[in-house]
Amino acid sequence: MKLLTGNDLASGAVTWWTGSGWSLHVEDAADVGDQGDSILATEEAARRVNAPYIIDAVATPQGPRPAHIKDRVRALGPTVRLDLTLKPADPAAGNWVI
Amino acid sequence: MYKYDQYDQAIVDARVDEFRDQVRRRMAGEMTEDQFKPLRLMNGLYLQLHAYMLRVAIPYGTLDSRQMHMLAHIARKYDRDYGHFTTRQNIQYNWIKLEDAGDILADLATVEMHAIQTSGNCIRNISSDQYAGAAADEVTDPRPWAELLRQWSTFHPEFSYLPRKFKIAVIASDEDRAAMRLHDIGIQLVEREGKLGAAFYVGGGMGRTPMIAPLIKDFVPIEDFLSYSEACLRVYNRYGRRDNIYKARIKILVHEIGADEYRRQVEEEFAHVKTLGIDPPVAELERITAFFAPPAFEAGITDSVDRSDPDFAVWLDQNVKAHKQAGYAIVNISLKKTGDIPGDASSAQIDVMADIAKDYSFDELRVTHAQNIVLPHVAKRDLYAVWQKLVEADLAAANLDLISDIIACPGLDYCSLANARSIPVAQKIAKRFADPARQRDLGELKLKISGCINACGHHHAGHIGILGVDKKGTENYQLSLGGSGAEDTSIGKITGPGFDEDGIVDAVERVTDKYIQLREGDERFLDTYRRVGFDPFKEAIYG
Amino acid sequence: MGNLRFRDDAALDQPAVALSAFLDQSNATAVRLEPGEDARLLIPHLDRIALIEVAFPKFRDGRGYSAARILREAGYAGELRAQGDVLVDQIREMRRCGFDSFVPDKPLDAAVVKTTLERYDNVYQRAADAAVPVWKLRHG
Ligand code: HEM
Ligand code: SF4
Repeated sequence: MKLLTGNDLASGAVTWWTGSGWSLHVEDAADVGDQGDSILATEEAARRVNAPYIIDAVATPQGPRPAHIKDRVRALGPTVRLDLTLKPADPAAGNWVI
Repeated sequence: MYKYDQYDQAIVDARVDEFRDQVRRRMAGEMTEDQFKPLRLMNGLYLQLHAYMLRVAIPYGTLDSRQMHMLAHIARKYDRDYGHFTTRQNIQYNWIKLEDAGDILADLATVEMHAIQTSGNCIRNISSDQYAGAAADEVTDPRPWAELLRQWSTFHPEFSYLPRKFKIAVIASDEDRAAMRLHDIGIQLVEREGKLGAAFYVGGGMGRTPMIAPLIKDFVPIEDFLSYSEACLRVYNRYGRRDNIYKARIKILVHEIGADEYRRQVEEEFAHVKTLGIDPPVAELERITAFFAPPAFEAGITDSVDRSDPDFAVWLDQNVKAHKQAGYAIVNISLKKTGDIPGDASSAQIDVMADIAKDYSFDELRVTHAQNIVLPHVAKRDLYAVWQKLVEADLAAANLDLISDIIACPGLDYCSLANARSIPVAQKIAKRFADPARQRDLGELKLKISGCINACGHHHAGHIGILGVDKKGTENYQLSLGGSGAEDTSIGKITGPGFDEDGIVDAVERVTDKYIQLREGDERFLDTYRRVGFDPFKEAIYG
Repeated sequence: MGNLRFRDDAALDQPAVALSAFLDQSNATAVRLEPGEDARLLIPHLDRIALIEVAFPKFRDGRGYSAARILREAGYAGELRAQGDVLVDQIREMRRCGFDSFVPDKPLDAAVVKTTLERYDNVYQRAADAAVPVWKLRHG
């Protein structure tokens, strides 16, 4: 599957296209199929996302998982500071990333 | 320390105003990201893996307690309560919001700080010796000259769009604590027949093609300091390569045309530039120098230190260095306690270091290229009290220059250019060698890790260097041996095929075991390596 | 706003010729310099040149800044034009290097140009403009 990701313009936070808007959680990401480029163009022009790009991912029961390690780290947060990630209370949160 | 006058302050204030306006134009959609990117980069604002990252300049690594407290304040108010001190003596914040950037710069400007010259293809923040003004072996304090360069290079109109970034280091002693010859220009202040001058080394650097800067001029009279620098830069701006970003650094130009031809061109340009009157008058040099006059050291205070507390004695021997003034010492605060993230400090720790500096070090601190902090002027009678305060703040790791005093770039945990994570490798190596007695037995051993070929973690200059590479989508680490960023500058040699994260820790241990087996007398690892060569180590690693 | 000109004399109504053509033919009074071309080749001819146009095909290519200063340092007083990918946030540096006219590919916002040029009252270094470096202000 293909995902669309980028950063929020004002806050810089990593965001994922959900099909109708943007979420901080990769689990909410929607497959953009071959629509990625056109969504990207509209959303970037409207400044609802900054520096967007399309990535490969695989669907899993836990939700989409980016194919590239860099995007998996983006989806989680720094692996060396789990307290700063989106799942600070879950010590196993990083297991799928590396 | 240098203090701003109304002109310096006006320039920094105008910069805050300018960047606020640029951010506003970007947020309002008057600029695309493509247009905004070079502007934000010129202000040290990157877009990294998780958010915007802001790099704040700490000119030549020197700051006072007020500035240090401000760094803590920024971490608390705008970031996630910590900062990362870098090999370029700066600090980076990893979780900055674009909408806060203007306020952050305004806060910094109240303590004479900014983010100018921290990114972009301009002359970057000038680096220097962290022991400047305290080292016994310096011919003069290099910082006035670094400050002169700072002012000259700030918004230099001709050199704002160089082929590539440009890094200058200034030192003033034979012992090199700033990796001077691994800079685009490395300057060593020297004395000849009672007159001050500067030796210019041009064309060093790391990255994908590491090079040691050749000597271009052994003695530039000090009154020609800026003219000569200007000539060096102009030749580069005109003839540095712009067709290939990987060949755009000045090291490639100097390498391709040769040091002699580069020198010839610089001399020719210098003869012209010298007629333009760009060197400030002696009065300005004196004005700047006066700010760096030695603090009011007490004469005749005790030189003896009570070593009865054994933990203190260990720290004293490892982290405290000789000062040029009797009764005083240089204290190194290691930001590398086992398990720590190299170079990271919490806002609380930053505050503690600021307070200690105010009470015990004439209000001065330094950031080192090894990502540690220095208290440059501590009276020996206060060392025990300082140590106790550091212990309380978890800042008393006694491992300066030992194997666990690792330089590591942010790597794939933060950096969008990374191939592999650096920090976990640093943590694992530090844990493997956690026994302090073992570390001390291994002696001085500089281990440096970069998460990609850009070499922000100086791996080429590590006695042991580690480079993260991408191996079919997984993290892999190359090992290199024999580098040095000191006065005996050398570039490490890659041992062979890479390793995974645990494999690289094992490989490092095989290297250190081999060293223990081969060393003679009090040889450091690097000395043994240089004496016996690469092969015995290679064999130990790969069998 | 399209072009910007900071000169009182009348604009020259003549196309700028390429450097090689200029050096071959002696009657042109306007010449165009590409980034890789050596501005110093023009020095012997400066007294008969009214316009030098310096090309900026990419805003990142800063060779034209050195070219401009070199020409001003050699005493050139005619029009010095920056043409091409010239951005509003570069105008100030270019003015300091001696450019006094601008023909940007994309029009600049006049209000932004004005605030940009007026923002800084002080400079740290001598360049090709009349701005007095702060070390001079400090010591007279
Ligand atoms: C996280 C954001 C960072 C980015 C995007 C970044 C980018 C780069 C790049 C692209 C280069 C290579 C330049 C070249 O070879 O031409 C480089 C070099 C360097 N960076 Fe970074 N860097 C970052 C963080 C850091 C940090 C945290 C440090 C200090 C720990 C640092 C210190 C250096 C040094 C010392 C060099 C080597 C200079 C040389 O090649 O001579 N950088 N950086
Ligand atoms: S060396 Fe590479 S991974 Fe490390 S900070 Fe520099 S660019 Fe990022």
